Amino acid sequence: MIEEIITSGRMNPGIDPVLHAWGWEIPLYLFLGGISAGLLFFAALLSIQGKAKKYPVSVMWMPLAVPVLIGIGLLALLFDLSHKLYFWQLYTNIRWESPMSWGAWTLLFITPLSIAWILRWLPDMFPKLDLKYQLIYDLIDVLKKYEKSMAYGLIALATTLGMYTGILLSAFNARPFWNTSILGPLFLISGLSAAAALTAYFAKSHEEKKHFIKIDLFLIVTEFFLIVHLFMGLLASTAVHIEAAHMFLGGSYTVPFWVLVVAMGLILPGGLELMELRKKFIPAIVPVVLIVMGNLMLRFIVVSAGQASRWLY
Amino acid sequence: MRYAMAIDTIRCVGCNDCVVACQTENNVPIGYCRDWIVEVTTGTYPQLAMEIRSERCNHCEDAPCVRTCPTEASHKVEGGIVLVDEDECIGCKACITSCPYDARYVHPEGYVDKCTFCFHRVELGQKPSCVSVCPTHAMIFGDIDDPNSEISKTIARRKWKTLIPEAGTKPKVYYLT
Repeated sequence: MIEEIITSGRMNPGIDPVLHAWGWEIPLYLFLGGISAGLLFFAALLSIQGKAKKYPVSVMWMPLAVPVLIGIGLLALLFDLSHKLYFWQLYTNIRWESPMSWGAWTLLFITPLSIAWILRWLPDMFPKLDLKYQLIYDLIDVLKKYEKSMAYGLIALATTLGMYTGILLSAFNARPFWNTSILGPLFLISGLSAAAALTAYFAKSHEEKKHFIKIDLFLIVTEFFLIVHLFMGLLASTAVHIEAAHMFLGGSYTVPFWVLVVAMGLILPGGLELMELRKKFIPAIVPVVLIVMGNLMLRFIVVSAGQASRWLY
Repeated sequence: MRYAMAIDTIRCVGCNDCVVACQTENNVPIGYCRDWIVEVTTGTYPQLAMEIRSERCNHCEDAPCVRTCPTEASHKVEGGIVLVDEDECIGCKACITSCPYDARYVHPEGYVDKCTFCFHRVELGQKPSCVSVCPTHAMIFGDIDDPNSEISKTIARRKWKTLIPEAGTKPKVYYLT
C-alpha cells in the first residue's frame, strides 16, 4: 500500500486536486484546425489532379469556410491564454522543439494562403460578381498562374496543421495518455474524415457525393485501426501507460469514448454511409452530424483524459 | 556550474517552514505555493514506513517545460536554473502540462510561476530561502560540478533518489534516503 498526502495543503488552482490546465477552448481549437486542414487538403489535391470542374464543391466552395473556422479556433485559443496581451510573443520566436510554436507559425501561413485560394476561385464561383478594381483582377490572374504552387504549399501546410493538432499533445511526456505518436496521424485522419463527410453532404453532383463518401469510408476504417493501435501501444508500454489505457478499458472514460466516439462517431455513420452508397434512403445529414460530433468528442475526451493521466511516484 | 538541491528525508520533519519562507520571500499569492510537503506512507499495518519530502520544481537538466514553451519565456540561466520571463509568457500552459512534477501554476496576474531556486538570492551568493530557514538542516544547496561543495560531497557519500527519473528529465533535486 502506498498513501501519498500533500500535507502542506497545496491547492494551486488548475493543478490540484487534478490537473485542469486546458478546458473547452483547446479541444475546440484542435477540432476546427483539423477540419480546416482536411478541407484545404482535399481542395489542393483535387486541383493538382486537374479535377476542379469535376469536384467544384471540394476545390472551390468548401475552402470558403476555412478562414471562418480558423478564425473561431484562434479566438478560442486566445480565450485560453491567461496572459492574453502578450500573445504576439508567439511570433517573435521560432522554437522547433515546441509543437505549439510551429503550429502558430503554420497558422500564420495557412490562413492567408487559404484566403488567396478563395480569391483565385472567386470568378469561377461567382461569374457575375463585379470586383470593381482592376488590381483585384490582376491579382487573381497572378494567383491562377501560381495555382499549382499554391496547391502544393497548401497540401504541405494542411498536413502539418492536421498532424500538429495531435503532436501538440503527444509532445508532453508528463501525461502518459498523450505520450504516444499515434495521436498525430489519428487527429490528421479524423480531421480529413470530418472534411470528407462535410464535402459529401454539401456536394451537388451525385458523382462528387459518391466520391467523398468512399473517401470517408476509407478514412473511418483507418481511424478505427489507429484507435486500436493507440491502445495496443499503451498496453504494451510502462505501468503508467497501461494505467492510462485502463481509463478507457473499464475506467471513467470507457462509456463516453466507446459510445460517443467509436460507436456513434465511427461505426454508425460508417454503416449509414455504406447504405447510402448502396442507394438505401438515409437522411444525408445524419452521418455528417454523427461524424462531426464524434470528431469533436474525440478531441474533448483526449484532452481531458491526458490531463487525468500522470506519472506515479 | 550546475546548481542542485539535496533534501534529507530522514532529517525532514515536515514542519512547513520551507513553504512559508518561500511564500514570504517570493511574495507568493495567497492560496498558491511554489514548494510543498508530501508525506508518503508505504507498507501494511503494522509494517509501515514513512517518508517526508519537501518538493518543488526540479530544475531539470532536460527540462520539458523549456522544450515545449513556444516563446522562450521558460528558459535556463546560469547554473541551469529554470526561470519564467513573465513578459514573454503568453499563458498557454504548455509548460504546466509538460511538467511531470506539477510544479507550475498560473499566477493570478496571468503568467506562469514556479520555484526559482531563489535566483535573486543565489546571484548574491546567498542560499535559497527554504534552505536558509530549515530548522533541521535537512536541505543543502550548491554546485554539483564543484567536487568540494557540500552538496557534491553529500551526494557522493549518501544514498539518494530523484523523482520520476524514468521520465528522462534529469531532475536536480536529490532526496537523501
